[in-house]
Amino acid sequence: MSDYILEMNHITKEFSGVKALDDVNLKVKRGEIHGLCGENGAGKSTLMNVLSGVYPFGSYSGDIVYDGEVCKFHHIKDSEKKGIVIIHQELALSPLLSVAENVFIGNEQKMFKGVIDWTKTRARAQEMLAKVGLGNENVNVPVNSLGVGKQQLIEIAKAMAKKVELLILDEPTAALNDEESKQLLDIMLDLKKQGITCIIISHKLNELEYVCDGLTIIRDGHTIETLEKGVDEFTEDRVIKGMVGRELTNRYPAREGVEVKDVIFEVNNWNVFHPDDPERQVLKDININVRAGEVVGLAGLMGAGRTEFAMSVFGKSYGQKISGTVKINGKEVHLNSVTDAINSKLAYVSEDRKTYGLVLIDDIKHNMTMAALREYFSKNGVVNSNDEILAAEEYKKKINVKANSIEQPVGSLSGGNQQKVVLAKWMLTQPDVLILDEPTRGIDVGAKYEIYCVINDLAKAGKAVIVISSEMQEIIGTCDRVYVINDGEIAGELNKDEVSQEKIMQCIMSHNRRGEQ
Amino acid sequence: MEKKQVNLDMKQYGMFIVLIAVFLIFAVMTGGKNLSPANINNLILQNSYVVILATGMLLCVLTGNVDLGVGSVVALCGSVVGVLLIDFKVSKVVAIIVALLVGLLCGMFAGFFIAVMGVPPFIVTLATMLMGRGATYTILKAQTKGPFDGSYNYIGAGFLPKIAVGNFDLLCLIVAIIATVAIISGEIKGMATKKKYGFAQNPLWQTVIKDGIFILLVWFVLIKLGQYSGFPFVLVIMGCIVGIYHFITSQTVAGRQIYALGGNRKAAQLSGINTDRVFFWVYTNMGFLSGVAGIVLSARNGSATPKAGDQFEMDAIASCYLGGAAVAGGAGTIFGAVIGAFIMGILNNGMSLYGWSTDIQKIVKGAVLLGAVTVDLLSKRKKG
Repeated sequence: MSDYILEMNHITKEFSGVKALDDVNLKVKRGEIHGLCGENGAGKSTLMNVLSGVYPFGSYSGDIVYDGEVCKFHHIKDSEKKGIVIIHQELALSPLLSVAENVFIGNEQKMFKGVIDWTKTRARAQEMLAKVGLGNENVNVPVNSLGVGKQQLIEIAKAMAKKVELLILDEPTAALNDEESKQLLDIMLDLKKQGITCIIISHKLNELEYVCDGLTIIRDGHTIETLEKGVDEFTEDRVIKGMVGRELTNRYPAREGVEVKDVIFEVNNWNVFHPDDPERQVLKDININVRAGEVVGLAGLMGAGRTEFAMSVFGKSYGQKISGTVKINGKEVHLNSVTDAINSKLAYVSEDRKTYGLVLIDDIKHNMTMAALREYFSKNGVVNSNDEILAAEEYKKKINVKANSIEQPVGSLSGGNQQKVVLAKWMLTQPDVLILDEPTRGIDVGAKYEIYCVINDLAKAGKAVIVISSEMQEIIGTCDRVYVINDGEIAGELNKDEVSQEKIMQCIMSHNRRGEQ
Repeated sequence: MEKKQVNLDMKQYGMFIVLIAVFLIFAVMTGGKNLSPANINNLILQNSYVVILATGMLLCVLTGNVDLGVGSVVALCGSVVGVLLIDFKVSKVVAIIVALLVGLLCGMFAGFFIAVMGVPPFIVTLATMLMGRGATYTILKAQTKGPFDGSYNYIGAGFLPKIAVGNFDLLCLIVAIIATVAIISGEIKGMATKKKYGFAQNPLWQTVIKDGIFILLVWFVLIKLGQYSGFPFVLVIMGCIVGIYHFITSQTVAGRQIYALGGNRKAAQLSGINTDRVFFWVYTNMGFLSGVAGIVLSARNGSATPKAGDQFEMDAIASCYLGGAAVAGGAGTIFGAVIGAFIMGILNNGMSLYGWSTDIQKIVKGAVLLGAVTVDLLSKRKKG
């Protein structure tokens, strides 16, 4: 009988009726490094949030047994008291504070009530840094003067300062280069020797292969299987199969009677650097083309550079030192601003509709006409409100926005209807090329189907459509052709008849391997 | 075809009702003193510059910011007029043009730092507040410049030529009739458009009550003015400015860009709106209107004083929030800001007539502002 430090039994968690986790089981042995993998949206992060108390006891069903006792965490503090510390994908460091201050943030070394003991803070911070291989760092410099890799290690040092027993790392290497990743993984192995148990969430299967003793695969909110090093086959192919092995059901409307014509959108030799760091190249030599009436997918993992690509093309809304050419309808265009892009018949339906797409306090009508106002709904700067109302009514009917009236604030609509409003906003600019970034994220199956129908209609109308999605089935179900993007480069191009989830993952994995060599 | 009807959005008229209620309460408290023709005339003259500033301030508030430099720019423009008229003896037209240019330049100065350099508006306008006040004291050598010639003072304290019938000015009656016809025909035209396109109509009785109250108010004010000295020239300026800015905010692309920017800056940028340019013009415009207010104020006072316009920015900001503008930006109307300005004005005026000291007045004004915004936020939270 093995000694389990953590057993999560029959965990079920719902978000407004949708099961994010359904009867999930996870068992972690004391002192091991346990991997957790699955596609984007499979439920990994949700599971870890349940464990750490971000979703309090009572908001899920099932048991958490930690160190032999059933735990009911109501708050992150509760789980931290037990020695469970989670390090999220986004760093939780305060960039302008010193390393020492960050290590003890929320856990300050006090002299007496409320007064900080700086000597002790610095000395202990140094100690903690030594444990994560940063013994030579100055603890007094601001955290943002260090690289991302070191910042990630400081997160671990922060966890060590809390007397961690079970450390959870959510995609710790996503923002790191290979050397930094290797260093971090070695530190994990080191921590293991010190008796700390780790759970690591990662997409990079080669890394999991390198550090993990056990591996649990989650898919669609279910535990698929748990593999053990030395007992089970522990290869990438095996894991990929577990991650994606599912039959495609008929969730995608068939696209019929569409005539795919000439290439009307072409991007060549596209290079982009990070907006804050002119040395860091985010996109390398991207070449893509799309034909009229064609739907092309951009597949890849989160952070691969797909959104960055779309935004940099769309009027240089992202990045710096952008080079390359864009051709629309056979003519080279220079898109220096969003207005240029709109005038050149390019539309970008942004991801995260609430942050980038909509004015939530304004009504449906004004949101729909926001991008097309100058061009199609005004004369000499004066708005023609009657045309505006007519167009809004037309699109409300056309793409079935469920609302009482076009005067309703979009903030009160459901996610699916909000997404339709964003789509209408860009359809009203009468584009030839549309880039849809995560068009169905966070919306229900019915609304998804309707959005796919809209995509089909756009293709039928001879538009060139690009779909960016983290859901691979969606890409496979809706696209005629798929570019796989990984680490800022095109990792492969797949046609409708050859595309599958395994193929996409293989493209990514083999591209990762090439990168390492 | 089914007949579509929607109720009037009462929230839009809530503050209008508060305005009338406050006025009536003071009418009772002061035994009708605040209803006198002289007092109505005073209310308009006293609040004209706050109304002018509130229209400009609303644009800043729509972006989610404020302009703290307004009072100082008002004083600076007044001092420029003072020096030009008294020391350089230039004509009043030249003085007015130069003062407006100074206001415009102050606005462009703030707009440059906000839009081009990316400094937060709060900081930039805090700086222009200090710099403007300092410049005013320097120009005026800390002394009052005056008195101005009566023909300049006409702007702030004069009246349109009277068409006298006994003690009554017929001009006011004519304006009242024109306004009534304009309101009713505008409403009929609006209803016809709605019918033509099949848009939803408001129930007729609601429209009648809404327009009825509004027309009644117009007649009340104009008849009182007619009984006094006639139609104030300032009301012409005020009316034009309110009308123009109402049109800009509700009917033009530029206006809608301000709302979009205030509602969600990132979404506005990704919809092709040059948010920096919007910021620049909003603050430039605020400087220009501060210049207008500076001229009106100095004309009403007949002199330029270094302390002029002190805390006007606060009155203008409070007017916007009282008028229902959202603190985070993206929501608010010109009419709301005007009503807010008059609520503040009626409170001041009523309390003065009732004999409360300015100390108490400040406490009451503060409490009203806090109360109004709290009620607004709570009502939104219930809905949301």
